[in-house]
Amino acid sequence: MAAPVSACPACDAAALAETTAGRGFAGNGGEGKRIMLSLPTAHCAACIVGVEGGLATQPGVRSARVNLTLKRATVEADEDVEPQALADYLTSIGFEAYELDAGALSATATDKRSKDLLMRLGVAFFGMMNVMLLSVAVWSGASDATRDMFHWVSAGIALPIVAFSAQPFFISAWSALRVKRLNMDVPISLAILLASGMSVYEVMNHGENAYFDAAISLTMFLLAGRYLDQRTRAVARSAAEELAALEVPRAHRLTGEGEEVVPVAELRVGDVVRVTPGNRVPVDGMVETGESEVDRSLLTGESLPVFAGPGMMLNAGEANLTGPLTLRVAAAGKDSSLHRMADLVAIAETARNKYTSLADKAAAIYAPVVHLVALAAFVVWLVITGGDVRHALNIAVAVLIITCPCALGLAVPAVTTAASGRLFKRGMLLKSATAMERLAEVDHVVFDKTGTLTEGNPTPDNLSDHTDADMAVAVALAQGSSHPLARAIAGQAGVVPAPVSAVREVPGHGIEALWQGQEVRLGRAEWVGANQIGRTATYLKIGKRPAVAFTFTDALREGADEAVAALTAAGYGVTLVSGDAEAAVRDVAHRLGITDYRAGMLPEGKVAVLETLAAHGKRVLMVGDGLNDTAALAAAHVSISPASALEAARVVSDIVMLGKSLAPLPDTLATAKKATRRIKENFGVAVVYNAVSIPLALIGLATPLSAALAMSTSSIIVSLNALRLRAK
Amino acid sequence: MNVLVFLIPVSIFLGMLGLVLFVWTMKRGQYDDPEGAAQRILSGQWDDKPADE
Repeated sequence: MAAPVSACPACDAAALAETTAGRGFAGNGGEGKRIMLSLPTAHCAACIVGVEGGLATQPGVRSARVNLTLKRATVEADEDVEPQALADYLTSIGFEAYELDAGALSATATDKRSKDLLMRLGVAFFGMMNVMLLSVAVWSGASDATRDMFHWVSAGIALPIVAFSAQPFFISAWSALRVKRLNMDVPISLAILLASGMSVYEVMNHGENAYFDAAISLTMFLLAGRYLDQRTRAVARSAAEELAALEVPRAHRLTGEGEEVVPVAELRVGDVVRVTPGNRVPVDGMVETGESEVDRSLLTGESLPVFAGPGMMLNAGEANLTGPLTLRVAAAGKDSSLHRMADLVAIAETARNKYTSLADKAAAIYAPVVHLVALAAFVVWLVITGGDVRHALNIAVAVLIITCPCALGLAVPAVTTAASGRLFKRGMLLKSATAMERLAEVDHVVFDKTGTLTEGNPTPDNLSDHTDADMAVAVALAQGSSHPLARAIAGQAGVVPAPVSAVREVPGHGIEALWQGQEVRLGRAEWVGANQIGRTATYLKIGKRPAVAFTFTDALREGADEAVAALTAAGYGVTLVSGDAEAAVRDVAHRLGITDYRAGMLPEGKVAVLETLAAHGKRVLMVGDGLNDTAALAAAHVSISPASALEAARVVSDIVMLGKSLAPLPDTLATAKKATRRIKENFGVAVVYNAVSIPLALIGLATPLSAALAMSTSSIIVSLNALRLRAK
Repeated sequence: MNVLVFLIPVSIFLGMLGLVLFVWTMKRGQYDDPEGAAQRILSGQWDDKPADE
């Protein structure tokens, strides 16, 4: 690896910083630290090179490695490197990047489990190939001593490998049996154990048929299914952990000596924290000093910022817009409103009906049937042959092997892997195992407005109503503030700002300045002395002239119109529910062509809408991002939230949309439908296969060769059918 | 048939070799990022030597 940091000023600075800066991150002391960055849009070789190369140019970065599978970069850096600075830098060179909380991304048990399965799978594959080679010799006609020798060599390879590789099945079967239940792993374990045991017995008695290859390929195919399943879930889970780690919870606490950065978890009631403009309020608290405006859209769906001054209560999750505020913490951690909401959601989730997946339904039928058929075969042949236990047992084993749920074991994981891989490429992250199947049943989509259908970024819509002089003054004033409305005005190209002097921002109110000897103001209605109009607006007052209003509409989220149009065209019902005011909701609904919309909804109201729809037999997909949506997200049949949503909303959602655009939504639904169809087709293949092979096994025609052929063919058909999903 | 006396051990040895190599690649974390590995061969940049673990 090329050592990226040889630029000496950086080394010196880093060394200096390490000695002077006493504050250390938890971790490797002065050794430097590991920073994790999320890269939701990275997808190609150029991205890898760009990100790694870009990070290497940053001072203090020792090495950077991109993991494209997890869409994550791991950076080894000096102690003083600010993760946020690296993320900002990457974003500035065109790679969307977010800081992750490395502590929350502990090396996971999930990860270990996938590795463990992969190891067992590899070992089983090695065994299968070698035993198959020997078996081919037997099938080609080796006889007598040669056959016995080949069988013994097979046994020597197969038995230890089965003992190692099939452990996950044995363990799972045993834990099911202990609580007197049957799961898919019971017939699997039984088949593997009986096939191995029977074969050893046969070989000792110079028998003709040994099923070592069957036992081991059974293990290998089923492990493949298990591994695919695990990997799909591992990717989803690690990404979910990543989302949780996205909100690095830190607060600026004011102490007697100054200011310190502490984890939010360490805040106590009565502490004083500072919230700078542009940041989220970390805890519930009362404003002590400062005036500002706060954006509550994530909590309530209101798109208009609210004034905040001393004595006002703020809730965790609100965004501070204009002026610095100091807050006295009123509730922290478990008592804060965010947490209380999360608790409510947890209750809603447990109340949510347990959904039985197709695989579980299949297993519930399959396991008892297989056991009964094998037992029946044993008893019937015992009677027919007049007590030949060896022959009867041979038939029963053949039945168990040939009904092997290879196809069944691969039917679901192969499809979900292919489908969730395809969805992940489009930025849709499936968190729940049954999300795909529930998504396929959806026939109605309910959207939230602020932050979901819209970006939550205002854009001015009546600029042409203003004179050039007004525009010039407005832009000049707007440049003095970082308020979102002001930034939207200041961003207007082609306007030359008027020469203003003595620009002063009054946090929470607006900006004022002097222009041609007159006082000019841009800000809230009551402050400039204008009549409030019922829309998102800011007001400009020049001297004694009546104020004029700049109105704003919330820009639609990228792909929102396509998504709604495609959903309507595909026959889905579309409803818009929002906590925002009637006018704003109506406006968005009209722009998107949604006829069914409800404004001013409280969280309970949203749930009620969903319940009414469900009572009419609709299966509802809820798409929302705010805290006020969480209950609805939990109540819906299946739910999606954007990555920008609050953590509580993402936690209850089945699917998280990593990208900005809503455009992949209709395709997600289509893919889910297709995937469910493939799963059913695969079950069909398995049923047909069993319908043909079980009678053959029952009448004693199944040989080790035919078992091996049937097993492999059905598994391959099922996997290829699943792969069709990736096409297009 | 005497040839089997050599061929069977040879084939088993080769198989074991494959298994050992697999275990080695596994332990070295070569399956951690299949997607990235697939894309990296397209990049014009390469390392002089493997990273020091």
